[in-house]
Formats: sequence, C-alpha cells, structure tokens
Amino acid sequence: MTQRTDAATAAKTAATSGPDTAGSPASAPTLDTDALLDDPDIRIVVCCGSGGVGKTTTAAALGVRAAERGRKVVVLTIDPARRLAQSMGIDSLDNIPRRVPGIEGEGAGELHAMMLDMKRTFDEIVEAHADGERARAILENPFYQSLSAGFAGTQEYMAMEKLGQLRARNEWDLIIVDTPPSRSALDFLDAPKRLGSFLDGKFIKLLMAPAKMGGRAGMKFLNVGMSMMTGTLGKLLGGQFLRDVQTFVAAMDTMFGGFRTRADATYRLLQAPGTAFLVVATPEQDALREAAYFVERLASEEMPLAGLVLNRVHGSDAARLSAEQALAAAENLEGGGIVDQTTGKAGLRDPADRSADSPQAAPAPGSVPDTTPDATPDNSEREDAEDREPTAGRAPDTPGTASVEELTAGLLRLHAERMQVVAREQRTRDRFTALHPEVAVTEVAALPGDVHDLEGLRAVGDRLATGSVPAGAA
Amino acid sequence: MSRFQVVSGKGGTGKTTVAAALALALATEGKRTLLVEVEGRQGIAQLFETESLPYEERKIAVAPGGGEVYALAIDAERALLDYLQMFYKLGSAGRALKKLGAIDFATTIAPGVRDVLLTGKACEAVRRKDKQNQYVYDYVIMDAPPTGRITRFLNVNDEVAGLARIGPIHNQAQAVMRVLKSPETAVHLVTLLEEMPVQETADGIAELRDAELPVGRIIVNMVRPHLLDEDALRTAAGGRRKEIAKALTRAGVTGAAGLVRPLVEQAAEHAQRVELEREQRAVLADLELPGYELPLIGEGMDPAGLYDLATEFRKQGVGEGVGQGVGA
Repeated sequence: MTQRTDAATAAKTAATSGPDTAGSPASAPTLDTDALLDDPDIRIVVCCGSGGVGKTTTAAALGVRAAERGRKVVVLTIDPARRLAQSMGIDSLDNIPRRVPGIEGEGAGELHAMMLDMKRTFDEIVEAHADGERARAILENPFYQSLSAGFAGTQEYMAMEKLGQLRARNEWDLIIVDTPPSRSALDFLDAPKRLGSFLDGKFIKLLMAPAKMGGRAGMKFLNVGMSMMTGTLGKLLGGQFLRDVQTFVAAMDTMFGGFRTRADATYRLLQAPGTAFLVVATPEQDALREAAYFVERLASEEMPLAGLVLNRVHGSDAARLSAEQALAAAENLEGGGIVDQTTGKAGLRDPADRSADSPQAAPAPGSVPDTTPDATPDNSEREDAEDREPTAGRAPDTPGTASVEELTAGLLRLHAERMQVVAREQRTRDRFTALHPEVAVTEVAALPGDVHDLEGLRAVGDRLATGSVPAGAA
Repeated sequence: MSRFQVVSGKGGTGKTTVAAALALALATEGKRTLLVEVEGRQGIAQLFETESLPYEERKIAVAPGGGEVYALAIDAERALLDYLQMFYKLGSAGRALKKLGAIDFATTIAPGVRDVLLTGKACEAVRRKDKQNQYVYDYVIMDAPPTGRITRFLNVNDEVAGLARIGPIHNQAQAVMRVLKSPETAVHLVTLLEEMPVQETADGIAELRDAELPVGRIIVNMVRPHLLDEDALRTAAGGRRKEIAKALTRAGVTGAAGLVRPLVEQAAEHAQRVELEREQRAVLADLELPGYELPLIGEGMDPAGLYDLATEFRKQGVGEGVGQGVGA
C-alpha cells in the first residue's frame, strides 16, 4: 500500500523537466514516464483507454524505451495493426513472446513482444488442467468452441490470464500490457469477474445437475425452478444447444475452482504495488470522458493509477497570435485589393482543385523548410532568407506565383485553424483536469504520420518522456 | 437507399456522430428515422445533449423540413425479457430466471445470443408496419460495433443458427440473417484519412464481402479544409520570409518577424499531412466503392455541428431518389 503510493508520488514529483504549466488555469501535475519505466519495483504497466486513442502504439513505444533504458521487457498486445507489429520488426506476432531486434544503446536491455491468441490461451488452460480424455471432450464441444473463439469477454479474460502467466514466469523485469478494444474501456476489469462468477454461479450448478446424474434420473429429481428454466432455455436455444452446454459444464467441472481462483488472483495482481495503470486518451470529448470514468473506477477498485497519457496533442510556436487575430489579418490582406486573382496558384484553394495538382508538386514529407527539392527563383537565399532583402525585381505578384498577400493569408488561415484545434483541445482537457486535478499528465505531440518502425516508436517514446508540446497547448 | 443503414468504423473515427448525422439527413423533408445504439454507451444521448435514453423509442430531433429522428438504446437483457414475454407469457417467471443468472447467461455469456437479440430488435424495427401497412420508420440507422468486430457481430446469427439448430432462437437468427444479407441493408464504414483506419477499413470490407454482407459506402470523416497548396508553400519556404513578415506587418500583426518561422513550419507539417492524406485517398480509391466525405468540425461536435454534417450528407445525395438505390 505504502509502496504503491510512493511509486505514484515519485512519478508525479520527479517531473520537473516538463513544460511550465504554471500559467494554465487548471494545471495538472506532470507524469514522468521515465521514472515509472526505471522503477525496479514496477513490474506491470497496463495501458488502457477507449478505442482509437493509440493505446497499442503507446504500449509499444514504452516497451522500446524501457528496453533501451536497460530493462528486460515484454509487451503484450491484444490486436495490433499490422504496421505496428512490423514496426517492432516482427511480421506476425503470436502467442509466444518473440525477441524484437534492433534495441540499441549502452546498457540496453531486451524487448520481447507477443500478441494474444485468445483461443490458443484458452485451449492451453484446458490442456493444463484436464487429463487427455477430458481435455479432448472439452476442446471438441461446440459450446466451448464458440465460447473460446470470442464471446463478449473471452478476450478480456484471456488477456488477464496471459498477464498472470507472464508474471508468474518471472522472466521479465517489466510487462507492458495493452488492453482489448472493448465496448467500454472498463470491460477488461469486469469480464474476468463475470466469467468467474458465471462459472461458479448458481446457474451453472443447476445446469450441471442433470448431467451429473448422467441423465438417467430425469426431471422429477429436480426442483420446479430448474425444470422451468431448462425447459424455457431449451425451447429458446434448442435442446441440442443446452445439452452441449451441460456436457461442457460437466467436463469443465474440475476446473471451475481453478477459473474462479485465477480470475481473483489476476484481479489482486492488478491491485498490487508493482502494477501501474496508464490511462491513454486523445484530447477529444469522448476519449476523455472514458478516461475520467476509468480514473474513477480504478480509484474505487484500489488499483494504482500512474497517470494520463494525452496523445496527439496539437500546439503552436506562434500561439501568441490568436485565431481571431490571424483571421482578421488574413482578411486585411485579401480585402486589400492587391490580391492577384488571375494566377493559377493562389494560396487559397478549393478542395476540388486538389486533384489537379501534379504529384511532384508535393514536397517530400518533412522536407520543408530545409531541403525543398524544387528550385524556385528564391532558392539561393533559402538558408539566410531572414537576413536579406528579397531579390530585386521579384514583384510580390509575379504571374505564376502566389502573391505574397495570398501566401501570407493562407499561412494565417492555417494558423487560425491550428489555434482553433489547440483551443478546443485545451477546453476538453481543462474539463478533465477540473474533475481530476490529482491525475498526473504527460502530453504527446501529434505526429503528422503513422509509426512504421522502431525509430518511430523511439520518437513517440521521447515525446512520452518529455511531455513536451509546443507552447499554446501546455 | 437501403432502409437499414449500419454504420461501423474504427474507434475514434466518429461513427456515432456519422450515424446521427445520417439519421438526420435521411429524416429531412418529412421522413421518420430511427437511430439505434447497441453498445450501451449512451453515445447518442451525449451527442444530442439529452438525458440517457431508456429502452424505448423516443423522438430526439426534428430534421429540416419537418422530419423526425427517433432514438433507441437497445438493451440485450430487456430485449430478451420482452421476447420471452411475447412468446412465452413468462411474467414474473422472467424475474426468477434473472435471479438465477439465466438471463445474464443468455445475454452476456452464451456466445452470440446477445448479438442476435441486438440485431434482431433492429431488424424488427426495419420491418415494422403500421395499420395502414406503411413502414413505421423510413430508415433505421444503427451505430454499430467497430470495424474490427462488425462482421462477427452481424454474422453471428449464422453461427447461432448453426449452434442452436432448432427452436425460436434458430428461427429468429435465420430471419435476421435474411434481412442483413438483403439489399435492404447497407453496411457503411467510417474512416479518417490516416493509415491505420484506412487499413482497417480495407480489411473490414474484405471480411464483410467474405460473409456476403452488403457493403455500403466508405464515409471519410473529419476531412480538414485544404488551406494552402504546395506550390505556395514551396515559395514560402524558398525565401520569401522577409516579404511575408512585411505582409504580416501590413495586415496589422505585431512582432511579425518572430512569427514567420513557426507559421512556415506549420505549413510544412500541413503539407506533409496533405501528402499522407493523398496516399490514403489512393488506397481508398483502389477499393472502388462509392463514398461520402464529411468535413472536420473544428469547434468540436455539438447538435449544431450534427445539422451541418446532415446538410453535407444531403448535398452529397443522401436521401435522394428513394428506392432507386443511390449507391448503397
């Protein structure tokens, strides 16, 4: 208990390198992810949050960073996008941890990665807990086959089961878990309990009764509630289905204690001091609402929350120019009567015109402003443009080029759009911070593209560690 | 257009918003639509800024021109109890079943029963007629589970029909499947112009086709305005910074010199994103499906934004030529 508090406090207070948020109306403590990853007492980090917020990428990036900081790490992903698996140098992740090549740096540890195969995991439990004959009866049961292939909750249960197995092997310093893309981010906490209580419940006991009697006794030995129930369910689902369930339940009989015990053990593991939860969200209303639910739920379950990873945050180095100012300035330029509307390359364009752009008109990603591939008349002064006057004779509205007014107006409108996004994100995040001022936050600046390789994951890891987003968003 | 419009998409692509806007657009000019959600998230209520939806069809919005949008949050447990009541007159015995955990078993643990109940309820609304033998709802729009689970969700009836080989669940499952696989249904996938959602969309379409489910349209959501073209940008990077600084000053911006670099950098990021979006558009084009495009609502989503998106849908032909199969 005290140890858990210490870990959480350490993560919050060690965070002096983050951006200065003192001026912000509602400033949350900064989450120091490196302190978390380096803490030898932290053995499990669980990344949770609603769908599409970048949980899996965050888990993978944390894995790379922790490994390169010297820890022996395994990342358990649930359903990674193909490209993400490839970014860890593994084309097909499977149910066994595979070593990820390319982890570098002095004193680097190891990174292993795996993807949960829920059917395989379920089968393994059955095989480990039942003798050959009985195991085969279960594995071949149609009800089991449906159950293990994915009813609502199997994935969550098996994810927690796999986590328990990895932890029990004690081969890794740190296990980083991604959580399943559930209906609700909370499902993975509830599903194991639900399955556990189902397998241990009254209903199952009633279902098992006739099967235990080998069917010879018939209904007269059963109470009225039971016969009504099996009768109704039988009508509803069809007799064969119910018989499949009964056979399955009978075959699983010896394992029930096991399942329930395991669900409870995993649950306690999540409450243990060596576990830290990271809630991942984007600065969007829905995602942060889910995150807030999650924070409250973790608190009520006494599960240790390390903090919030706020993903894909936008900022601007020109934040002192507000959206309104930028738009007003853009209108000044466009309304000045000096805009050359006859050029075909105006700064402002309709989306419909885009198809007309030839592919080579686009600069290579990231190439601007240092390595613009095309030779414009101004090319020679690219490096020191800010120190010199423009070349004489180049009029601002030279035909064939956007006039400087159009161009500047375009830059201003783009900036206004950015500032609107920044403001909206700030509002949603302030709402969260007002609700949960105690939650430490790290911000990850939006990347223009997707992550494709270890280098990309490193870049995400750097951003996670520094929590740095250009001014205007902090 | 098909009368049953199923809207799926990767998490974070805004499928609930898109489904709601589509329901509004289809209700325009005197139509009546039903917007259903199946995941118990109360996303519709949050979007329309109303209180939580009960298990009851309730009017939540009026569309331009007098149409009506109803909404329903389908609850599997209630759907099952209703169903048992309807067919078996269970009454209080239903509560006894619940107490025993049988309802819980049927709606959460038994593979697929939950999904059968959810899709079954939606299909019932699609087929429901009034005393004049007119459809009660012109369209039913479902805010469905995400792309990764949609095929399984819709197709689970096939599986259940196989598992429960006789009985009412079997019959129900088969009846639902007939609606879902008919031209009455269209499954739309919402995506963003980003790599992972686009990849998932492509995978989702392949899965839907394998399961012989009717693929509708690709709906590209949150399309950003195209504010600056690449030629202009190159010029900006090419050294007209002094001029830009002067133009900024002329436009009334103070301290212009220090702003040029960040503004040009933002433009560079924008250009990179535009290029990535162009690549993703090409991937989507290869799927050879008709689509819709909805703009990013920069101020965040609220009911006013929904009406804007509905208007956008109308502009792109949603609701025109009923019965003539505009696209899907």
